[in-house]
Amino acid sequence: MTEPGLPAAGNTSMDEPTIEEAPVRAPALEMRGITKHYPGVVANNHIDLEVRPGEIHALLGENGAGKTTLMNILYGLARPEEGTILLDGQEVTIAGPSDAIARGINMVHQHFMLVPVFTVAENILLGEETMAGPIFLDRKEAHRRIVELGRRFGFEIDPEAKVGSLSVGWQQRVEILKALYRDARILVLDEPTAVLTPQETEEIFGVLRRLAQDGHSIVFISHKLYEVLEIADRITVIRRGKVVGERLPSQTDEDDLAELMVGREVQLTVDRGESKLGEVALEIRGLEVKDDRGSIVVKGVDLDVRSGEILGIAGVAGNGQDELVEAIVGLRHAPVGRISLRGRDMTKATPRAINEAGVAYVPADRHRFGLVLSFPLADNLVLTDYYRRPYARGILRNDEAIEATAEERIRQYDIRTPSATVRAGTLSGGNQQNLVVAREFARDLSLLVLDQPTRGLDVGSIEFIHRQAIAKRDAGTAILLVSAELDEVLELSDRIAVMYRGRIVAIRDGRTADKNEIGLLMATGGQARAAGGAAESGPAA
Amino acid sequence: MDQLIGGLYGIPIVGLVFQFGGYLIAVLPSIAPGILQAATPIAFAALCGVMCERAGVVNIGIEGIMITAAFVGWYTGVLLAPSMGSVDLGLFGANLALVIALIVALLSGVVISALHAWLSISIRADQIISGTIINIAALGLTGYLNNLISKTSPNGAGAFTQFRPPRELLDLPIVGWILGMFLSQGPIAMSVIVIVVVFQVLLFRSRWGLRSRAVGEHPRAAETVGIDVIRVRYRNVLYGGVFAALGGAYLSMEATNSFQQEMTTGRGFIGLAAMIVGRWTPLGAFGAALLFSSSTALGNSIKFALPSGDLGTILAGLPDQFYDALPYLVTIVILAGVVGRSIPPAADGQPYEREATT
Amino acid sequence: MSEGRSRSERWAPQQVWRRIWSVIALPLISILLALLVGAIVIIASQLVLPGAQFNLLLPLTAYSALLQGAFGSFDAIVDTLVATAPLVLGGLSVGFAFKAGLFNIGAQGQFLLGALGSVAVGIALAGSSPLVAISLALLAGLLAGAAWGFIPGFLKAVSGAHEVVVTIMLNYVARYVIGAVVGGPLRQQGRSEAITPDVGNAGLPILIGNSGHAGIVLALVAVVFIAWLLFRTTLGFEIRTVGANPDAARYAGMRPRVLTILTMSLAGGLAGLAGAVVVLGVQHNMTPSFVSTVGFDSIAVALLGRTNPVGIVFAALLFGALRAGATLMQIEAGIPVELIDVLQATILLFLVANPVLRRVFRLRGVKTGIETTETITKTYGGETPVA
Repeated sequence: MTEPGLPAAGNTSMDEPTIEEAPVRAPALEMRGITKHYPGVVANNHIDLEVRPGEIHALLGENGAGKTTLMNILYGLARPEEGTILLDGQEVTIAGPSDAIARGINMVHQHFMLVPVFTVAENILLGEETMAGPIFLDRKEAHRRIVELGRRFGFEIDPEAKVGSLSVGWQQRVEILKALYRDARILVLDEPTAVLTPQETEEIFGVLRRLAQDGHSIVFISHKLYEVLEIADRITVIRRGKVVGERLPSQTDEDDLAELMVGREVQLTVDRGESKLGEVALEIRGLEVKDDRGSIVVKGVDLDVRSGEILGIAGVAGNGQDELVEAIVGLRHAPVGRISLRGRDMTKATPRAINEAGVAYVPADRHRFGLVLSFPLADNLVLTDYYRRPYARGILRNDEAIEATAEERIRQYDIRTPSATVRAGTLSGGNQQNLVVAREFARDLSLLVLDQPTRGLDVGSIEFIHRQAIAKRDAGTAILLVSAELDEVLELSDRIAVMYRGRIVAIRDGRTADKNEIGLLMATGGQARAAGGAAESGPAA
Repeated sequence: MDQLIGGLYGIPIVGLVFQFGGYLIAVLPSIAPGILQAATPIAFAALCGVMCERAGVVNIGIEGIMITAAFVGWYTGVLLAPSMGSVDLGLFGANLALVIALIVALLSGVVISALHAWLSISIRADQIISGTIINIAALGLTGYLNNLISKTSPNGAGAFTQFRPPRELLDLPIVGWILGMFLSQGPIAMSVIVIVVVFQVLLFRSRWGLRSRAVGEHPRAAETVGIDVIRVRYRNVLYGGVFAALGGAYLSMEATNSFQQEMTTGRGFIGLAAMIVGRWTPLGAFGAALLFSSSTALGNSIKFALPSGDLGTILAGLPDQFYDALPYLVTIVILAGVVGRSIPPAADGQPYEREATT
Repeated sequence: MSEGRSRSERWAPQQVWRRIWSVIALPLISILLALLVGAIVIIASQLVLPGAQFNLLLPLTAYSALLQGAFGSFDAIVDTLVATAPLVLGGLSVGFAFKAGLFNIGAQGQFLLGALGSVAVGIALAGSSPLVAISLALLAGLLAGAAWGFIPGFLKAVSGAHEVVVTIMLNYVARYVIGAVVGGPLRQQGRSEAITPDVGNAGLPILIGNSGHAGIVLALVAVVFIAWLLFRTTLGFEIRTVGANPDAARYAGMRPRVLTILTMSLAGGLAGLAGAVVVLGVQHNMTPSFVSTVGFDSIAVALLGRTNPVGIVFAALLFGALRAGATLMQIEAGIPVELIDVLQATILLFLVANPVLRRVFRLRGVKTGIETTETITKTYGGETPVA
């Protein structure tokens, strides 16, 4: 169903971008009445979406609202039960990713779809190989095209750099190049800024604006309100699989969008209150830690965390935060430096000794570290205490005590489950995180280490966990918070330490910290003010 | 000169090293062809491993594929020998029956691989259990059939014979024995070198290689750029079956002209160790296979002719079984020493589930 | 399923039957289908072989001989139990390791070493009091097997060498160790063939019939012990946690390396005990070519028993019966004993392919055939935790 009077095949030229409210052409993309069920949930319920040529269209919604499902349908990774997709007014069926790519649809996934051990060129070529003859790759020609393409959109890239050694911002660019290399007309970006600094975000926004001017249509998926307001030409909000509103940035604001997105009035930030500082709980001096490959990634960190405060560590992922945290909780050996807890040297202590000293740890990867998915909830709730009374009597397990505690925690922390005997793997992500939180928060602590405590959770769960953390702080626990979400660090922390290339480059007060300053520190470590635009040069290979 | 050597040999303890070195230099030219021969089945097993695991499929059923191909090749020869065994092809002592038997053996390897592919890719079974099933089934079935067949005292179609390079070539100083090592071989052993080089180049320079490696490292990424992960995995596992089958066929159609129960004696697994030590590259795996087979060849040589001096006295005190166990011991030691620094493809052994559920 | 219900509801008779069915449905169907495949192999092999007489009923002859040999008489039943005992111990060895996420494909080598250890001590104590001789000989078998299991456990813990490759290599090494020791130091003087002396008083007492030795009881004791260890103790919880998620185990303060070494040693000890039971209970001496199918059968036993100690008893009984009956099958129907391997592999094949069986037989609410999926296949890389 093309709009009357519009030649369907007449708009191949993309020279004149139309960002204004004048729909003279068929939308580049139209999705109508898309419906998709997954076991137990309606992921998409008659969703309509319309994206015009040269438009940046934001798709706003919470985690689990159905944004990713919708885009997977567009990309041929999932098939809708109902609904149609139209490209330039023509109804199409998208059979799979290669079909989508052939039709000019490309997607930059939230978790980058890059092979870390491959070079930039190999990653870009993959699936769309430039060939010299029937068998071999034409690397020279490919390199030439990649470099040229990068320059066109304002950056220099080294096609021979290993992707795994690039910063996240540069990996993002590789993803975008990958799409452009395939002549993408419609580019879908799924939470592209989740792991970027504010400055990197600005740079990527610059690239996106150029792309739009060039005639590309962009679907920008996000749950960050201010970003959507800044970059989008139009905004579609979805909640629980349904479209709940369409807005123009000029006619809306954050509060309006938040209410649409969540379905009730939300307090965007939890009131953190005043902190009552106590003695130093965690003291780190001159700490050095190596990563799995043996290179030093924490380089001489000094840090104090006091009882009753939340110290947030801001930093781009991969600047040594993970290794620092693992060293504190005893999972990683620190060859140089000292870690002490309430004055006791714990540098060489085992995870168990540290746990017994009153340190709790909510790990970033709950599937890897935090839970045994194939075990019942009850076993997971005593995962760190199973050998202690009352859960054990000598070498024997005390199943009654384990079950009783489990029932209590399930009630206390509002874990939605039929019983304590179901496997942890059957719970939703939010409930799984509550399970970890229940285990780690439910005792007297001197230090609580939170590593990405709310990643991938919906607003309700985030709120719950933030409140629990603040309650714990008010009870006098020292809290170390690591998060790639700068907003989360800003919201919760009493003090903010910025980590850059293994060093703490600055410490700021949480209430007065300036977001842009923190972002700049995260991106450059503070040296760039002198060096000017050094951050814009090629990737450090 | 002799005095110098005598002096070195005389040093306590350290002298043993010199004695061993001297022995090595003395016997190497004569055992060199044997090294490549012993390496051939191991190398093919390792290449099968590289082929499968680069695409993310762990295959410990290689042993089973090898024994199947060894049996099928040999028995096809038995069946065809009366009608075609006399059609001499004039090269490598091959006759028509033998060549057809080889092709059938390779096909049998592909069929067994297809079973592993189906179980581990489509059914998404545990790949190690799938491989174990293939091993048990293959050893059992070949043993079962061999037991029945041996009652009829069958005659095979013979075996491929070795190429005889000109004498002058072998007599060349220094390089002579190396040439001999690669040229005094039958067709299957000789093909190893060609296959290794071609495989190495294709894996790192071709479109097929790029896609295979991507599927083994990050299958989701491969799928999002339109690569059919399942198909790539199937294809590579089937190709791998051809390699393993070549290794098996070598045992019953080139190294010997007979089949014995369990004649692969763990070579499929040694091949996997060679793959790991060789860091999942064809060249590296081949080098590791040569390293392992050297221990076999050297062990045999020592059993046959002891080195002189104290070393000989010490070695004479070891039971024969020590030399038989040597290749397995060497495999363990090298594997334990190297494995931590050898990084497998990231998605190795992980079943892949398409995102599309309908 | 019944997980969310109360205790009393869970134990209602109907629920109990449903639960039993949910556990045995797939193994049962797999066994029946495997017998069908075995029949096809028997028929088809007649076609391929030159000069064989074609007999469509040969599978029936074979299977009835198999059944006769396994359960046809009191002696046959006792023989089945005797064949079952080492399989129970071997199955526990492999199944126990599975629980810790380790694939002990080396039960074969540990079995051989265990046999060797118990024979060596048994010979030395052949004249001592039976109680001392038997207990020390069994202990020697246990320790020798444990030592052989310790090696791959240790190598995995310190260097990350995958236990599958190492244990297979050790299986071959074990064979040559037996050859060297039995043909050398343990060889009985004055005999033309290489064979050890008799173990004398270290031989296990016969409790049932002509051959039903005390090893059968020992195997059942081991089942109870392993079940208790795995599910009632904190150590068992640690082992299961390491198997299910080694990173979480480390996070929880457990020591995966120590547990890996411990598990492999204990698994080796169980397989070693299986070897001890065979030589002390049946052979009473050893030849350099001493071989047995127990080690490899153990893998199938563990998988068919879903790595559960009780399940392993039933699986061992099945394969014990097959092994015990195979001799009569070979004599009466001329079917090589290797048919048992084929049946074994086919049973496992159907278990692994259980999604297909579920679809074909419309099984709902039935547990998977093999529970260890996800835990065994780990890559060969240096998965070496620090600390």
